[in-house]
Amino acid sequence: MGEIKLMKGNEALAEAMIRAGCDAYFGYPITPQSEVLEYLSKDATQRTGMVVLQAESEVAAINMIYGAAACGRRVMTTSSSPGISLMQEGLSYIASAELPCVLTNVVRGGPGLGTIQPSQADYFQAVKGGGHGDYRLIVLAPSSVQEMVDFVRLSFDLAEKYRNPVMILADGAIGQMMEKVELFDQMPRKTEFPDWATTGKPKDKERRYITSLHIQPEKMEEINKHLQAKYKQIEKDEVRYEAFNLDDAEYILTGYGLGARICRKAMDILREKGYKVGLIRPITLFPFPKKVYKEVADKVKGILDVEMNSGQMVEDVKLSVCGKTRVEYYGRMGGMIPSPEEIVENFEKLFIKGEA
Amino acid sequence: MSNNIETAKFRPEICTDENLVYRKPSTLLPEPFHYCPGCGHSTVHKIFMEVVEEMGIENEIIGVAPVGCSVFAYHYMGVDMQQAAHGRACAVATGIKRVQPDKYVFSYQGDGDLAAIGTGETIHAANRGENILVIFINNGIYGMTSGQMAPTTLEGMVSTTSPHGRDVKTQGYPLKMSEFIAPLPGVAYVTRQSVHKPANVRKAKKALRQALEYQKQGLGFCLVEIVTNCPSNWRMTPAQANQYIEEKMLAFYKLGDIKVPEVK
Ligand SMILES: Cc1ncc(C[n+]2csc(CCOP(=O)(O)OP(=O)(O)O)c2C)c(N)n1
Ligand code: SF4
Ligand SMILES: [Mg+2]
Repeated sequence: MGEIKLMKGNEALAEAMIRAGCDAYFGYPITPQSEVLEYLSKDATQRTGMVVLQAESEVAAINMIYGAAACGRRVMTTSSSPGISLMQEGLSYIASAELPCVLTNVVRGGPGLGTIQPSQADYFQAVKGGGHGDYRLIVLAPSSVQEMVDFVRLSFDLAEKYRNPVMILADGAIGQMMEKVELFDQMPRKTEFPDWATTGKPKDKERRYITSLHIQPEKMEEINKHLQAKYKQIEKDEVRYEAFNLDDAEYILTGYGLGARICRKAMDILREKGYKVGLIRPITLFPFPKKVYKEVADKVKGILDVEMNSGQMVEDVKLSVCGKTRVEYYGRMGGMIPSPEEIVENFEKLFIKGEA
Repeated sequence: MSNNIETAKFRPEICTDENLVYRKPSTLLPEPFHYCPGCGHSTVHKIFMEVVEEMGIENEIIGVAPVGCSVFAYHYMGVDMQQAAHGRACAVATGIKRVQPDKYVFSYQGDGDLAAIGTGETIHAANRGENILVIFINNGIYGMTSGQMAPTTLEGMVSTTSPHGRDVKTQGYPLKMSEFIAPLPGVAYVTRQSVHKPANVRKAKKALRQALEYQKQGLGFCLVEIVTNCPSNWRMTPAQANQYIEEKMLAFYKLGDIKVPEVK
């Protein structure tokens, strides 16, 4: 059993980063995730020798990530919504050049400067590409402080396995709340780097270069095909989700991250009231767990999608069920969090009393 | 290169080691440059790769080529290279150097890249004293995008976005980035060179070597600005362009060392 601690989400994430043998962190302060940089600034470098650098902007931070990732190092950055927007150009380059790296978006309410309160409004940006060009991030949605820890290690593994950027899509509540966590043991930092990494031209071997530029459209199409094939593979092999009470379910609640936690409580209340309600929580938002929705679609009377945005993931749920069952949405926006009671009330309104 | 090969075929008795007066450095890849005839980029690529060869560091150096005409520098420089987004070279170079402090790291940036869209990254990398070499190609114009005004475009100079000549009252003044950066304490060495005449090429090469020596000593940020031309977008012949450098560019952008490390 690993070390047990009571930790804040952002600090647990930072601790996991150190323990995962991360080589470098580049970031810029923004609420509600500044604790990450603060925590790392304390003694991460003394502990493992990792680089911790406060960049002059998120634009600079993501490009520092690009440079260090292209040297084959384990690198990570974190930010919150406005900062993640600034990173989109860099992410597009990183995805195109196929550089493994991990970033966390501790989402806050928008649009604009918005609010520092928790939100899920960046789902589209995270899951559908975000920057220019046809590319995907692998997106993991933690719903507890424990998962902030576990997903750091998982993210590095996935990033390296697929040479793809991975995003941990958290929210201000997961980042700020304190929970008991079990930490994994300190892992060693890497001492060997992949062949493609620019570590200085090897003697008697070809030099390497990292680029996202392919002027010939024929070549650029090849690159696109290669990326799409990779994303297909990821969709095949890396889907992760959690499901409760599907066996007898007549209705499904669905949500991710913090939303899923609230749905769980709502499910319990609804079950006490006698409704046979199950829950699907996608853990990977890309790849999206289409299959499980498709499977339940034949059996249930309806799905209620709950989000802390205007209804973004609901589009993917609808695509997954292909019109086979009714899909409704309920949510709050701008940093407001729906309560379990609200969800119950809206569930009954939509599905039981039939007021649409 | 192709001329050498042709001659070697027909006059092998001439192409002997004793007669060798010119060759490409081994660090320059056997690719024809895509640069326009007379463009300074080719000259700087060559002398810099000569420096790398002479120092024997081709296995210990990593370069960054951001967007601009020289974004394809990695097609020519036979060392490990990274292409970067427009303006972000100093951040990318920071990332590389921080995880590999024992390697030589350089960026090769145009004036639009370094002094407009990437000003922030440049100043902050300099201010942190990142131990890197920045090669700054100042041709007073946006070459790659066909001749728009750059932050370095001279007052009155014609470009496609200053067709009546740069009006400093509405379009701002030409920016002397080297003088701007030099006072920062993290900066070790700033020099302005040119490659429009053989004597200047030799001096520029010396400056590039000097900067890498300073990097080896861990002295901090080094900036070698090279005032060059863009015959195509200046709408001049290469000879006219070099004349323009001599008469106009160098009158404003004065050659010479702007900051050198203090001798301890
Ligand atoms: C974000 C972004 N904005 C604009 C461009 C278009 N662009 C490409 S190169 C360039 C200017 C290059 O000028 P400079 O850095 O002076 O290099 P030169 O070609 O003159 O050597 C611009 C504006 C781009 N590639 N990316
Ligand atoms: S456009 Fe100008 S800077 Fe670019 S290669 Fe041609 S001459 Fe050189
Ligand atoms: Mg230019």
